[in-house]
Amino acid sequence: MINFIVNISDYFYRNKNFLFLLFLLPPLSWLGIIYLGSLLTFLSHSFFSLDGFTGKINYTFTLNTIFELFNSRANFDILIRTVGLALTVTFGSALIGFPIAYYMAKFTSPKVKIFFYIAIMLPLWSSYLVRVYSWKLILAKEGIINWFFGKLHLTWLLDKILSIPYIGGPSLSISYIGMFLVFTYIWLPFMILPIHASLERVPNSLINASLDLGASKRQTFYKVILPLALPGIAAGSIFTFSLTLGDYIIPYIIGTSKFFIGQAVYTHQGTAGNIPLAAAFSLVPIIVMIFYIKTAKKLGAFDAL
Amino acid sequence: MRYNINKASWNLKIGAIVGLLFLHIPLLLIILYAFTTEDKSYQFPPPGYTLKWFKIVLGREDIWQAVGLSLRIAIISTLMAIILGTLAAAALFKKNFFGKESITLLIILPIALPGIITGISLRSAYSVAGIPFSTLTIIIGHATFCMVVVYNNVVARLRRTSPNLVQASMDLGANSFQTFYFVILPNLGSAILAGGMLAFALSFDEVIVTTFTAGQQTTLPIWMLNELIRPRQRPITNVVAVFIICITFIPILYASYMTRNTSDAQDSLK
Amino acid sequence: MTNAIELLGISKSYGSVQALNNIHLTINDGEFFSLLGPSGSGKTTCLKIIAGFEGSQEGHVKLFNEDVTLVPPYKRDLNTVFQDYALFPHMSVRSNIGYSLRIKKVNLEEQNKRIDEILETVKLIGYDLRKPSELSGGQRQRVALARSLINKPKVLLLDEPLGALDLKLREQMQIELKNLQRKFNITFIYVTHDQQEALSMSDRIAVFNNGRVEQIDTPHNIYNKPKTSFVADFIGITTIFPKEDASQFNITKSFSIRPEFISIQSSSSSSSKDFKIKAKVTDIQYQGSFNKIIFESSFRNSLSVFQNTNNNENISYKIDQEYILEFDKKDITLLDD
Repeated sequence: MINFIVNISDYFYRNKNFLFLLFLLPPLSWLGIIYLGSLLTFLSHSFFSLDGFTGKINYTFTLNTIFELFNSRANFDILIRTVGLALTVTFGSALIGFPIAYYMAKFTSPKVKIFFYIAIMLPLWSSYLVRVYSWKLILAKEGIINWFFGKLHLTWLLDKILSIPYIGGPSLSISYIGMFLVFTYIWLPFMILPIHASLERVPNSLINASLDLGASKRQTFYKVILPLALPGIAAGSIFTFSLTLGDYIIPYIIGTSKFFIGQAVYTHQGTAGNIPLAAAFSLVPIIVMIFYIKTAKKLGAFDAL
Repeated sequence: MRYNINKASWNLKIGAIVGLLFLHIPLLLIILYAFTTEDKSYQFPPPGYTLKWFKIVLGREDIWQAVGLSLRIAIISTLMAIILGTLAAAALFKKNFFGKESITLLIILPIALPGIITGISLRSAYSVAGIPFSTLTIIIGHATFCMVVVYNNVVARLRRTSPNLVQASMDLGANSFQTFYFVILPNLGSAILAGGMLAFALSFDEVIVTTFTAGQQTTLPIWMLNELIRPRQRPITNVVAVFIICITFIPILYASYMTRNTSDAQDSLK
Repeated sequence: MTNAIELLGISKSYGSVQALNNIHLTINDGEFFSLLGPSGSGKTTCLKIIAGFEGSQEGHVKLFNEDVTLVPPYKRDLNTVFQDYALFPHMSVRSNIGYSLRIKKVNLEEQNKRIDEILETVKLIGYDLRKPSELSGGQRQRVALARSLINKPKVLLLDEPLGALDLKLREQMQIELKNLQRKFNITFIYVTHDQQEALSMSDRIAVFNNGRVEQIDTPHNIYNKPKTSFVADFIGITTIFPKEDASQFNITKSFSIRPEFISIQSSSSSSSKDFKIKAKVTDIQYQGSFNKIIFESSFRNSLSVFQNTNNNENISYKIDQEYILEFDKKDITLLDD
């Protein structure tokens, strides 16, 4: 028996590729067959169409389903609305996330840094649904924000904000601004971590050199620190942007009656039974992301991951 | 090293504190609401405080069934993710070959693409293959996107482990299996465990892929989602939310505790 | 004399990069043999092929006249000390050292006895329960040595083992390594890029360059009779006159001259040296016990000359001033190219 094991071991030594294949085969076949197989099958439906009369899928190649995305005003609006929201959320997360990342990377002792680290990790990994739910409590008519504005006698201001088109909505809990807040809250940790990583890599001597050469703190920030943090921001934006593009639960719960891509996919495959159109809608975030990632790569996003 | 030449400006300090509060106040509010006496609305501040909702939840058969199902799914998916993710990491971490980038991409894809795409793809594949929805169909989906977490952890550890350790072990007379048992496993152990913990947290909480692969079964997140869409039992939902926070915090804190001394703490939680 | 190691026509390439090109080496039993060369010259790859961590695409490895080309490392009767020591981080010093005994299932009593013995040899008594992370660089080095020596291998491979230590410690360890080799009477194969280390410790040296062995010889011959311009240039300080310049001295091959054989004259005096060159001082570098003076001449290479700083008849040379450099034909080394 022992000899047998040693023989196998010798065999592995002489045939390193065999061991490599033995390792790779299970995960590769799992992902290749189960995952990639079903993914490609589904996405290929975007080249088919739904027969309007029978409600059955017509399996002949056509580009009409994809054209439908852009020809129909309603569909095109969905695309624009989603990309617009994703960009706004990305911008918001960068704005809120940067000070935390900067403070954490450059002004903390190791112990405080660990505290920050866990403080960012906990929300990142804790339940998505619970965190969305918490905002239902916050944004509710009788919730903390309305209470706060009421205490300050500023309810009129809140109403004014809510009445602005493309920002507001009937109430905080059904509004664009509400959606923006929830999305920003949910994806914020994904923005903080890469920015922190890229800032941590900026040696302090570089900052000192800039100060030494006569730049003010403000100039140093804009000329040295911010450009070097850019790869981190780009990396973080990949997450915030793509996660917002594909999400359908937050618009469903907080959003107005106007659809987003995720909801469109959901409805088309579900109640409407229009798998081809659902597949065509699914292609959009994938293609947008491919271009987005290419741009981000040029900004050095992948070195910051 | 500490950057001491200039202290953080007040603006920066305030910015960082506001950011942290933004991240944590919502979770704290949920805990506060779990004790409210109000059961018809989300009134703030709560008119009074009570513990009775905890007692009621304890007696709710349907919730505990959902918890049980979620736990079962999370445990099995985690085990599968550990096996598949570790194997993939062992195969890919060092060797360079044609197509390696594509395979790495394939591992990340399930978590990088919107969950709804993964969910619908699997759902239509099941229906084409004639597989009826069951716990297993959920587990297949979960294992697929949990794999990457384990993979990331193990690859990070392997990269930091000197390749000479394996050579040293063989040099000292240990064959491949002895080397695996005495050297590789003890070194990877904590990384695998940390990855597994996170995979567990990920699976226990997942709702989108689950929605499409579950059929009639109710996991805890699905129960929660229904309550989010049509709130019918607000105080119960508050208590369940607190419960979920607790059960996901434990593995996360444990995972960061385990990797605290090594610099791969950062990678492990990505 | 028995052959401990024979490499017969070893070639190895990584993709399009030729790491080793037709290497032939014979290492005698009990020899302290160094593989010397700049980084990327193939010396470490060569060591890994001897140890069995890597295979070669061509050629054979023989260990005591037995072909081990396809034998895995755990069946080769030799041990390795790694550059980064490769101590198992999860094991104590004791378990690290006893690892091979545990694998061989030696009984516990014997294990403990041998571990204690070797701990004494490497002066690590009292440290045996620590983890490698709790040791200094020098101590880790000793643990790595003890771990590979406990089996009394016939051959010990050392991959730049002193590279991570500071100068003082390195010099001390050089002496200890030599003592250990004498004590255990085993073959050492020592990889280094430090020519001083190789010259002072080795019985013989193989100089590697670009995956080839340039010269195999004793330290004395490597220094005094370099065969190629690479060896001449890599070992010590030297001035090489390429073929084109050499012809002006009526010499058909390129040649090198060591600084200690060149003398400086302030004017063309009546000395009897064979060759004279007019040259200008470009730099004077203080080196402690001597000055290194760099000259520029009409030839391609700058010339280095040593001047003893403790010499009474010390002349102070001036930068940009011209002098006559002289050397004898018998002191030059002819080089193959």
